[in-house]
Amino acid sequence: MNQKKEALFSKKNKKLITDPLDDNNPITVQVLGICSALAITVQLKPAVVMSFSVLFVLSVANVVVSLLRKFIPSRIRIIVFLVVIATLVILVDEVLKAYIFDVSKELSVFVGLIITNCIIMGRLEAFALGNPPWKSFLDGIGNSFGYAWILIAVAFFRELLGSGTLYGYPVLEKLGIYNIGYENNGMMILPPMALVTVGLIIWVQRIRNKKLIEPK
Amino acid sequence: MDLNKNTYVFFFSTAMVLVVAALLSFTSIKLKPLQQKNIALENKQNILSSVGIYVSREEADLNYDKYITDSFVLDSDGQKTDIDISSIQLNKETKKPKKDQNMPLYISNINGREKYIIPLRGTGLWGPIWGYISLDNDMNTVYGAVFDHKAETPGLGAEINRDFFEKPFNGKRIFDIEGDFVSIAVVKGGAKENDYHGVDGISGGTITSDGVTAMLKERLDKYLPYFENKMKENEVNDIMNFIEEDINLNDTINKLN
Repeated sequence: MNQKKEALFSKKNKKLITDPLDDNNPITVQVLGICSALAITVQLKPAVVMSFSVLFVLSVANVVVSLLRKFIPSRIRIIVFLVVIATLVILVDEVLKAYIFDVSKELSVFVGLIITNCIIMGRLEAFALGNPPWKSFLDGIGNSFGYAWILIAVAFFRELLGSGTLYGYPVLEKLGIYNIGYENNGMMILPPMALVTVGLIIWVQRIRNKKLIEPK
Repeated sequence: MDLNKNTYVFFFSTAMVLVVAALLSFTSIKLKPLQQKNIALENKQNILSSVGIYVSREEADLNYDKYITDSFVLDSDGQKTDIDISSIQLNKETKKPKKDQNMPLYISNINGREKYIIPLRGTGLWGPIWGYISLDNDMNTVYGAVFDHKAETPGLGAEINRDFFEKPFNGKRIFDIEGDFVSIAVVKGGAKENDYHGVDGISGGTITSDGVTAMLKERLDKYLPYFENKMKENEVNDIMNFIEEDINLNDTINKLN
């Protein structure tokens, strides 16, 4: 090997993890994975569980595709991605049902949603197909975290303002906010408010991070 | 090698499908017994909570044997059959014509009074919903109800398995004052006070709520012949008990005299 060996956490590799958190966030910058951001951010718990599942599926799928990248015929690559993702998702589902039954009940329909998550497809196509396994793994972790924090932030506001609870715990009731005439905003639990919340996050992010503003 | 040659594409996809199929069937076969055990325990747990006994999944087996005194399958005339209750799959029964259906029933004894537990099965917005409802021994007053679902919307329809939705069923009645079957409806916008046949619906979960209403009506309706027989029987029993108590009372009075 005459190539200089790159350190496991070189500057470039670290960027693979930090970039998707802000500058290249899959939801707020690339606007991918909006479907699941809409569907499962009514409460914190499913959002957290979904984040963990995506973390597992995306990092493993990235590694698998990266290992196979020299063997996958490009004409059927999308189908290969789908098979890899679907297999992983079903494996997760089966194991959860057998060993962590309660979590699997919580996940139920979302397991299927992971298969259609465009972030996973996008990362496989744009990154794993052209990069070695370790980098792909880091990219998977980074993008999952980028996805997760938006999901959890949106779920936080929707659950707090929509149901007055956090992770199922009745915060507002305990604080006695209802006694002074406050009422839950039922609109927050409806899907459109997820988009509005994501929009607000994008707005705040662009005020903070000028790099994201396209030149006129 | 040319990766896009047809032969290679065929070879690759065949190999991939074989590997994946083997992996998935192996996992499925290996994990099936564990999964079925979890589901069976959860059913027992749900049956128990419909009569107000809340236990963890691990303790469900033990408590089930303690509180559930009898379970059997009814035919469409409300007569007991000797079909094994564990062989009944409610999702298949509900698709049969009414007269071919077999209805499972569980009986529990709480504080010396019998409760009748009826398994429920229906459809919500995204998939099946199910549950158990228990009736007091007047075959009219609801003693408890539990619901669950496969895939209802979190925060909306999925809330049917929460206490705030299930608890109001307690004390509701399935027959009206004239003795006609009316079932219990989940009312959008909230049930009126003193409504014995309605409970509050869930905002944003109307289709799931309607599913619960339809499920209760459809399922309970099938048990009506049994309820009628049982009601007469229980009435006679009550009178007998009353007479017995009366005799005992007379005896005591006589002794005192």
